[in-house]
Amino acid sequence: MKNEILSLLEQDSRLTAEKIAIMLNAEKGQVEKIIKELEEENIILGYKTLVNWENTNRETTVAHIELKITPQRGGGFDTIAERIYRFPQVKSVTLMSGTYDLLVTVEGKSLKDVAMFVSQRLAPMETVVSTSTHFELKTYKKDGIIFTEKEVDNREVISI
Amino acid sequence: MMNYQELISPHIQAIAPSGIRKFFDIAAEMKDAISLGVGEPDFVTPWVVREAGIYSLEKGHTHYTANRGISELREEISIYLKRKYNLTYDAKEEILVTVGGSEAIDLLIRAIISHGDEVLIPEPSFVCYKPCTLMAGGTPVTITTEEKDNFKLTPEKLLEKITDKSKLLVLPFPNNPTGAVMEREDLEKIAKIVKEHDLFVLSDEIYSELNYSGEHVSFASLDGMSERTVTVNGFSKAFAMTGWRLGYACGPKEVIAAMTKIHQYGIMSAPTTSQFAAVEALRSCDDDVEYMVNEYNHRRRILVDGFRKMGLPCFEPLGAFYVFPNITPTGFTSEEFATNLLYEKKVAVVPGTAFGECGEGFVRCSYAYSVKSIETALERIGEFVAEHTKK
Repeated sequence: MKNEILSLLEQDSRLTAEKIAIMLNAEKGQVEKIIKELEEENIILGYKTLVNWENTNRETTVAHIELKITPQRGGGFDTIAERIYRFPQVKSVTLMSGTYDLLVTVEGKSLKDVAMFVSQRLAPMETVVSTSTHFELKTYKKDGIIFTEKEVDNREVISI
Repeated sequence: MMNYQELISPHIQAIAPSGIRKFFDIAAEMKDAISLGVGEPDFVTPWVVREAGIYSLEKGHTHYTANRGISELREEISIYLKRKYNLTYDAKEEILVTVGGSEAIDLLIRAIISHGDEVLIPEPSFVCYKPCTLMAGGTPVTITTEEKDNFKLTPEKLLEKITDKSKLLVLPFPNNPTGAVMEREDLEKIAKIVKEHDLFVLSDEIYSELNYSGEHVSFASLDGMSERTVTVNGFSKAFAMTGWRLGYACGPKEVIAAMTKIHQYGIMSAPTTSQFAAVEALRSCDDDVEYMVNEYNHRRRILVDGFRKMGLPCFEPLGAFYVFPNITPTGFTSEEFATNLLYEKKVAVVPGTAFGECGEGFVRCSYAYSVKSIETALERIGEFVAEHTKK
């Protein structure tokens, strides 16, 4: 039941407990209780809206920065990751396998804005060995949703 | 001047055009209508399947195939039916790939029905069994299934209609439009009668994957039934492949051979691209099917709950993607309900009478729509019912 509720909410966070209860053939109270538990257990961390900013007049620039790090004794990668994720400009930080260590996603108003953040904040950190910045040009699909085309129902109105 | 009245064969003229055709035309012209009227999945065919179709074109598979379909596909169908429904069919002789399940239905009826033979057809049901029977020169004998029986075919109702001319029984379950399913014990009772009266069975299981009762029981898997059953299934509903036009018939090799004769003269072979795509569907789409079935199940519950809350009795359908609410509390006939609903609230549903006279008092609503569309439609139908229900 927990996982079923999570998949439903992951698809549409605006579903009410009542609606979820109908969809899963459960009691409303039971669904409410489980959602509350999931929030308390830090499994549900928030309810957000997926926005395609490219279709608005707000200018945003997003970059993915590959960081090579010298791991620290005792703290491994965690210490440096914590120092990085505290910046509000940083949208995500992930430890990766392969040719670099941390993948950091940074959002800023302009290309310059992001570049300055990288050169002034990230690159000078003691344990950062090198950075490589990649700017997003166009989002085709994100979180399972296609950004570039709108789904249309091209079926007939009625068929038997 | 050509006399078309004389030209068109009398037995085709005798087939009545669908009575609700006019209603369909109104619905088709109304652009901003919300529809719950469609009998096909809203999902697009899984991408791996579409890609397999494209790949087959790239490789130049653009020719006829064997009449019965490519052997790779028949092998996969055989494996699939074994693992899903415990059916045993030989890929070489007992499987025929057709242009949709509907071709398979037509072929079987034409292969075994001749003048005077009676075909037993439970109703409400999909629209093609009756005209196919008539075109083959047979006599359709309809059996009414009722809401109080959860729209199942009961042994009593079947026995009432059997005569010494009865030759074929159609078993259209899971059912379009009612959503009824037949469970194992229901089918076993039917099987006993089928044997006693030496009937042959057309088991139309096109909705077999969309069964929310837990287990779909295939009629031919029952003891002694495989020798007197043709199982019809296809890719349209389970794999969201309606436009690919691909189905199949499985049964005794003598019957399949007879059906293949008609198929080879009328059709040659089912579309080649579709056949290659279907191989991929059977090999790698279990997860996609499971995902779609799960989605349908959620929507099914929303729709049933919605109708019950607005005061329309609605039996719980356990198969396909339709609910069949009882609209008699509004005082309208099925057709009035559907027409008025379309004009007043711009929601399209299908009158129950489209599926047989005994569909009077019901409308068919499909849940092959997004939750959002279903909710908007329910809101509007709710207003409509409230405005028209006699206090």
